[in-house]
Order: sequence, then C-alpha cells, then structure tokens
Amino acid sequence: MSDRKSPSEDAAEQSSSPQNSNNVATGISRRGFLKGAGITAAGTALLEGVQVFSREAVAATHSDVKELGPGAVPVTLLVNGKEHTIQIEPRTTLADALRVHMGLTGTKVICDRGSCSGCTVLLDKTPVNSCMTLAMDARGHHVTTIEGLPQNGEMHPLQAAFVKHDAMQCGFCTPGMVMSCAALLEKNPKPTEDDVRHATAGNLCRCGTYPRIFAATLEAAGTSTRNA
Amino acid sequence: MNQFILADCTTESGALSQLHDGAVVKAGGIDLLDRMKEGLESPTKLVNIRNISSLRGIHETAQGLNIGALTTLAEIEEDPAVKAHYAILSDACGHAATPQIRNMATVGGNLLQQNRCWYFRSDDFACLKKGKDMCFAFDGLNQYHAIFDNTTCPSVAPSSAAVALLGLNASVELASAKGKRTVAIKDFYVHPDVNPMTRTVIAPDELLTSVIIPKPASGTRSAYQKYGEKRSYDWATADAGVVLEMDGNICRKAAIVMGAASPVVMRSPKAEAMLAGKPITEETARAAGKAAMEGAQPLSMNGYKVQLFPVAIYRTILLAAGQMGRDPSAVG
Repeated sequence: MSDRKSPSEDAAEQSSSPQNSNNVATGISRRGFLKGAGITAAGTALLEGVQVFSREAVAATHSDVKELGPGAVPVTLLVNGKEHTIQIEPRTTLADALRVHMGLTGTKVICDRGSCSGCTVLLDKTPVNSCMTLAMDARGHHVTTIEGLPQNGEMHPLQAAFVKHDAMQCGFCTPGMVMSCAALLEKNPKPTEDDVRHATAGNLCRCGTYPRIFAATLEAAGTSTRNA
Repeated sequence: MNQFILADCTTESGALSQLHDGAVVKAGGIDLLDRMKEGLESPTKLVNIRNISSLRGIHETAQGLNIGALTTLAEIEEDPAVKAHYAILSDACGHAATPQIRNMATVGGNLLQQNRCWYFRSDDFACLKKGKDMCFAFDGLNQYHAIFDNTTCPSVAPSSAAVALLGLNASVELASAKGKRTVAIKDFYVHPDVNPMTRTVIAPDELLTSVIIPKPASGTRSAYQKYGEKRSYDWATADAGVVLEMDGNICRKAAIVMGAASPVVMRSPKAEAMLAGKPITEETARAAGKAAMEGAQPLSMNGYKVQLFPVAIYRTILLAAGQMGRDPSAVG
C-alpha cells in the first residue's frame, strides 16, 4: 500500500453507489482495472451461481420466521444516509457488502476475524467490526462508514486533526481508528486520553502511531493538553 | 465461509420451530462466524435470533437479576445495577475482547463459545475435540492450555462472563418446543473426559434464553481481574473471580473461580476453605491463592500459570475485600 492512489480511484472510494463508481472511473484506475479483469474471468460462473440459488425471501413454516438465501437476495441498507439496494447472499459480511457491492472501499478489511478492528463502522452510533457482522444484520440500522463522516465536502474535524497531527503511517488502520474515535466523541465529547485509549483498545496499528492518534482525537475534542 | 440459509426470527417460538436438522443459532455471531470462516463448521442453516427483542435486556427482580441472552457484553458492563451489586460480572464483561466485539457479542453467545486451543481452532489439525483420535497440544505448543483436568483435552474455557456467573451461582434458562428448564452454570459445561466434542448440556433443539443471577447475600463483595499478555483482544492466561460474603472483616463464605485454568470453568473449594470463617488479610488471601494450585498438573510449557494464578487470586481477593486497588499488572 505504499503507492499513492490515482485521483479517479480516490473519487471511486468517495462515491456512494456502484453506479457512480463505474461512471467516475473515466480513466483506468488500478481498482477499476482489477474489477473488469475479474469479471471476464469469473463472471460467467458467478452469474450461473446466482441463477441457481437466487430466490426471493420466502416465508418459512412459522409466521414469525423468514428464510433468506442461500443464494443472493435483494437487500436495502441505509449507509451514510443513503439507501443502497444490493443483491447479496446471507453469508456476505457487512464489510464485503460495503466494499464489493457498494464500492465503499474506505472501510478496510485486515484480519477478517474481529482481531484488529480495521473494518470498524458505526451501526447506528455503535462501533462494530464489519467483518464479523452479517450485512443482513445491518438492515434497519444506520450504517456510517469513513465516507459518511465529511459534511458538505468538508472533512470531519477528527479527520482534519488526524491530518494535522500526521496520525497515520501506512494508513491502513486509519479508517477504523477514525471511526472508533468518532464514535467516542459522539458519546463523550470531552474525553480524557484514557477514554481515547479505551475506545481504540481494539484497533491495532502495526506502525505504532497511537500517540498521534490520541493527540489528534483530544485536539478534535478540544481537550488536548498538548500542542501539535 | 459456506453458503447458508438465514432464518430470520422475530419471536422465541419462531426460533424454536427452526431448531432441527442441524440448524445453528446465531446471535451476535462473533464466535460462530469465526469458526465458520476457519472452516471448522459449515451449517446449512443459521437461525438468526438477533432481532428477538424479548431476549434482550437486564431486569432486576425480587430474586436477583435476569439478563436476556441477547444482552451484549457492553450493555452488561455499563448497566448501573450490575456495576453496583455484581462488580465481578461488570468487570468480566468489560474486559473481554475489544470494545467493538463487546458491542456485538451477547452474553448467551459468550457462554456458548467453543473452547480455546489453537489446534482445535485451526482447520489444519484433525484433533480429539473434532472427533478424531489425537490431541496435538500434549506434545506441541501448550503454553496457553489447561493446568487442571487436562488429561483428555487441555483446551481452556474461554468465557470470562462464565467466571463471574459461576462465582455468583447463576443459572441459564434453556427453552425448547417442549418447555423450559433451568441449568446452573456449574452443571452447564461438559467435561472433556465425558465427551471432548460436547461443550455444554444444551440440546440441538434448545435455545439459551436468559441468565438468572440470585440476589447476593448482604455483605457480598466481588471482583474479577484478567491476566494476560496484551491489554486488548487477547485471551486471558489467568482469570480470577472472587465473591466474598462478608460479616465485617470475617468471610462467611467465598467463591474463588479460575478461568483459563481448565477445559470447564472451575471453582477452587480448597482456596475457598482457606477463607471461610476467617478475616480477609494478606496472609489468608495468599494462603487461598496457594491452595488453589493444589492438584495442578502443568504441561510442558504452561508451568508459569501455576505461579500466576496464586498471585491473581490473592490480589483479586484483596481487591474484592477493598484492601487493594486494581492490579496495575493485570490486563483487565
């Protein structure tokens, strides 16, 4: 991940629907190229799979039970204030639904086991591991990803503080860190450093940028005792 | 992860109607999805109970506390009634895994997790606990394994909530289409000597619906501390749970619970006997910690646990008695 992203790829990450992400990529981006190449290789098999298994949600024998899958079914999720209707299998994790099905690749999957919290998103206002959450379980909830933090094109104050404090090295844990800290500030607008440490206790940063993350979060909250 | 049917349930009876032909209950899904991603299990149907609102919430009753199975560890940690009267449970739930996982993981799922053993937890090892004929831990890397009851399968009980609930004499309510039954935590887990593949007495058609905690006797004080290698997202190398029924400084009755010591979460009657009828002092607390290790049988790499538990127990007894602060060398 040392190479910088092309502008079109950045735009694709910020777009909020699969349609947009396809339209935005007017040049050839790395991600767009890989997506296209994948379709030619595996597209036929995937489509056949969908036809075999696809069925609408059907009522099971009990009136309080609705069976979904195992094939792809249409699901509507509310992500960053917008409704996205996607076709997914019940086994699809929220992380995959966001990244693969909605093109919201700001959420990073690192361990895929809930160990690193790199994939943290907010379910309503609660930080959760999107890799260990079935996308189906996000129905009826407000999902907020890193793409949902900026308001009117302006970075969230926490994002600005991360930039100011250079609170990232390789940057891969950053979206998860920011989401954990954003959830903290929402719940506790005036945290102490201990509160920030507690809130990010599950977020692993291999590069060890923790002190800058704490400083950035405290500054965004206006409770910093240190200068940048 | 394999494909599966997700049976979305909104009521307990709806969920119970689905529990047949290998269907597996999914609540928070943390341990289940972990096992499925690893390829240890591939159920064809998951019964999604996550949205059954009647199974969620903490209720104070005349008898004590009733905690719905879907209540998350974070909700238990932050509940004022739990904090005030069941400190051991608040501490245990508040130091499990990570904040993100505590927001998803339910108390029912926490109690029903599979044991920790990196051989059992890896698809690469066909071990005794998977129904095959050998255990890899005895001759392999066993630094995190059991020091008690470890002759068949030395995997360790994973649940820190169970450490607290065993100390508090809690029970779980199990529902099935045939009716309900209540099983004490002390009788809930199955020893590997009986059957290494069976973790609890819950039947495939049963649903864990709630946790019932009796009201503590007056003068009860409790504490939990977790010892391990990392402050976050790590399993305990030693869990100590202490419940003391006090009369002034005299301990009427004690429960000393050890997590990560054995395949089934265990109390130490020998340690408890060192405290019953005596004042809580440095000496009695140390004696209890030492007594807890009688009969320990460490494996080739986990002898340090025999040193660690006495300290963990001694310090947690004094913490419960209000004679010592939280141990700065504990990880939770």
